[in-house]
Amino acid sequence: MTHLPFIAAAYALGVLIPLVFGIGAWQRAAAARRKLAAIDPRQAREGRP
Amino acid sequence: MSAVTYTPVPGAVGVGARKDDLDASTASGPASGPALGAAPPPRRNLHRFANPGRFLRLSGAVLPWLATGGVLITGFALAWGLFFAPADYQQGDAVRIMYVHVPAAWLASGGYAGLALASAISLVWRHPLADLAAQEIGPVGAAFTALCLASGSLWGKPMWGAWWVWDARLTSVLVLFFLYVGHIALIRAFDDQERGYRSAAILALIGVVNLPIIKFSVDWWNTLHQPASITLTGSPTIHASMLWPLLFSAIGYTLLFAAIVTERLRAAVMERRIRVLQLARADAERVAA
Repeated sequence: MTHLPFIAAAYALGVLIPLVFGIGAWQRAAAARRKLAAIDPRQAREGRP
Repeated sequence: MSAVTYTPVPGAVGVGARKDDLDASTASGPASGPALGAAPPPRRNLHRFANPGRFLRLSGAVLPWLATGGVLITGFALAWGLFFAPADYQQGDAVRIMYVHVPAAWLASGGYAGLALASAISLVWRHPLADLAAQEIGPVGAAFTALCLASGSLWGKPMWGAWWVWDARLTSVLVLFFLYVGHIALIRAFDDQERGYRSAAILALIGVVNLPIIKFSVDWWNTLHQPASITLTGSPTIHASMLWPLLFSAIGYTLLFAAIVTERLRAAVMERRIRVLQLARADAERVAA
């Protein structure tokens, strides 16, 4: 395969960037759900996927 | 700023909350009046989908499908592009970068269009969910614009012999990245969050002028960047063996983009509810004291 380092770097970025943002969003939502559940469990149920 | 309420009684909404934040207090706690105690009648327009409580329920049902579909389709399309799609007769295997670069470029522009739409809704109807949507699209759009620029640079170096050229297409996409960053910064630049939202919304709407510049830059100026291979009006100039993995990649990345923004927006709605409930609780404690 020609230009392998360039291709590998592009695909690595193409996987890592959405992965990092996805995990970050999921952790943030989970933390918010836990905090909301501690304050008001009824509202936290709405936030559960 | 619209309809700010400050009612220092238990069960009421706190400082900075707006009409739609009433969900946060009506779902729990004692009702302090008919407007707070009774669920409003459903309205037969698009506003009913922008209700934060309804948004949490709907998005909770849709999100697993978005995320699963996005991961599976993107993984399938990237494997197809990397291992099974043919190499280009001129560019060789470097053309495989296209399966990352082109969807990222489409989503960079599409994400900004979404951000501008949310900003317009925020300015016209002053809806807090639109503010939150614009706030949460910004970082994701900036990340995909950065991915577009970085993958383009990785494609440009072996093909053009340079990591970067001040070409009209590249420069206009860089301006798009700065617009995203400016939007993110402007939202956080004011002590009064509403002023941040308003200023950022105006910036977002002004920045829309950059979208047609990006699209037509390769036609208006002599650029090193190639013209569009896929258009809405004409048949694609790219072979089907490369077109299909590209379309699948675009669909997969779009689902991922939507899933990430939806999850961030859900988190933002819950965080706002937490703030409202904490303020209401603090008010109640102050009154009781």
